[in-house]
Amino acid sequence: MKDIVSIAFKAIFLNKVRSFLTMLGVIIGVSSVVLLISIGNGLSAFVTDEFDQLGANTLFVVPGDLFDGDGGLSAESSATSLINSKLTMSDVNDIVRLREHVTEAAPLNLQTDQITFQGNTENVTIVGTTANFDTAFNIPTAIGAFISETEYEGTRRVVVLGHSVAEDLFGSIDPIGKRIRVGSTNFRVIGVAEEKGGGFGGPSFDTYVYMPLTTFSRSYNSDSIVRIVVKTTTTENLAVHKQALEQLLGQRLKDDEFTVFDQSELLGTINQILGVMTAALGGIASISLLVGGIGIMNIMLVSVTERTREIGLRKALGATPNMILLQFLIEAAVLSLTGGIIGLALAYAGTLAVQSFIPAVVTLDAIILALSVSTIVGLIFGVAPARRAAQLSPIEALRYE
Amino acid sequence: MLLELQKISKHYQLGDTLIKALDEVDFGIKSGEFVGVMGPSGSGKSTFLQVASMLATATSGEVLLENKNVTSYNEVQRAQLRNKTIGFIFQQFNLLARTSAIENVSLPLVYAKVGERERSERARTMLERVGLADRLANTPAQLSGGQQQRVAIARALVNDPLIIFADEPTGNLDSKSGDAIINLLVELHQEGRTIIMVTHEDEVAQFAERLIQFKDGNIISDTKLKQSRARKKQ
Repeated sequence: MKDIVSIAFKAIFLNKVRSFLTMLGVIIGVSSVVLLISIGNGLSAFVTDEFDQLGANTLFVVPGDLFDGDGGLSAESSATSLINSKLTMSDVNDIVRLREHVTEAAPLNLQTDQITFQGNTENVTIVGTTANFDTAFNIPTAIGAFISETEYEGTRRVVVLGHSVAEDLFGSIDPIGKRIRVGSTNFRVIGVAEEKGGGFGGPSFDTYVYMPLTTFSRSYNSDSIVRIVVKTTTTENLAVHKQALEQLLGQRLKDDEFTVFDQSELLGTINQILGVMTAALGGIASISLLVGGIGIMNIMLVSVTERTREIGLRKALGATPNMILLQFLIEAAVLSLTGGIIGLALAYAGTLAVQSFIPAVVTLDAIILALSVSTIVGLIFGVAPARRAAQLSPIEALRYE
Repeated sequence: MLLELQKISKHYQLGDTLIKALDEVDFGIKSGEFVGVMGPSGSGKSTFLQVASMLATATSGEVLLENKNVTSYNEVQRAQLRNKTIGFIFQQFNLLARTSAIENVSLPLVYAKVGERERSERARTMLERVGLADRLANTPAQLSGGQQQRVAIARALVNDPLIIFADEPTGNLDSKSGDAIINLLVELHQEGRTIIMVTHEDEVAQFAERLIQFKDGNIISDTKLKQSRARKKQ
């Protein structure tokens, strides 16, 4: 057995270029499958992490019917319902009054606009919100302070900048107290939020500019609220808290005009989508693995024909059909497995390369999957050529020119 | 008898015609004999060699090796029998390309499941025996035709076979290298080896001590040649 393995290795090594080209299909197949799985897993872990930061006692209220009947995201959910939001500040006030269930509630409204400082212009998302937004969303300010109650009540023209907005607009200048233009109005910068990083799959807090919702409503002439973040009194019984919120909002709004959900629901849905995406892309990539297997079979068939005399000789000298079968099977499996290992290494390198954009991780599952699948591919596609070799008659094979 | 063929027939169906490559051939060889086999092409000498060396099975008749009936051995049994009792020398040398002489000689021992250390020891001894002690690591491409055939002879000897089958061993060699190979075979015979050699060259055949002639699937003559070998060998 050990000798047959070394015979197979020698055959591969004697034809280095051919062996490499044969492996190429498997290399490409394995590396793309593993890379896609890594990206999928990474995204899923990242999203989970992002939501975890918000805390488990968080409920979200959004306009419209977010989920369809089956728990998936409904098609026309976001865009239209955001524009036609029926949620108002009075709903927020009602929610806060549910002291048994709610500790605080932060509403927000969104608008994209241009901000300018000393000729530098940035297109950003303006978030209108209340003074408790920073605690509700767990976004402390790095310098300065977040919007205060006074500034909110007084409809002050003040803004808190997301971390990367502050960097892009001010560079090394201290932004606190500086005046910037938001749209056509002057605002004073009162704080810069801490860097949150990420921005993939979850909200990109670093690129937001926050102002009091009262100021926002006046500036953009819009009273609607597109999201309410609610902190519940307990982390347990989220369903009970949720029901209370639904009951309260249901008094004024129709069922399809608002949705209350907790992060596990959203997380479940996002992970489901990511899972389907990963599986679909992985499936497409595994077609190349199949093509790689066919490549191995093709070359092994050529190799058996080319080495007919060698096979005849081995048989004459005492190799049994099973030994010849094993020799070629091992050769195919080793080719494929080596391809798998190289593919895995490439996928790992690829994962490191994309890590600055996408949080990809190569998991142990993916490694085991890649190696076992590539070995199995080699064995399956190696059977036909190996059987052909094993069944050659030694006389015919020795006579073969 | 070391090897005995009894009423061996080998028939092929070629289209509508039945070819009788061997037609009830009887043959026996004693241990230590050197038999030359001659005959025109299509006479059945190659088929005889294949059946006698366990490469092929006969259509009918019995094969006895050391008085043991091996006629109905299956493919695996015959492979093992070839491995342990038969040494092959081919016209085309049939060495593994890009593989060193010592590894080529070791090959039968791989299939005999001999350990690696013993393999290379025995292969080295055999290569020394055929005069290639300084060519152990050379690949066939780095050896002359005569040297390649000597590697093949070493390979045939390495598992200490009962019979050596040589199929036109000088057919691919110039006369000088051919003579050296014949001398080597004669030496092996003198050491007590049993050899069956197919050839179409009269001169080469004269080195055997017994000559059988094939024609139309039958042995038409079987003669002792002791005199001529003694005369030619100097």
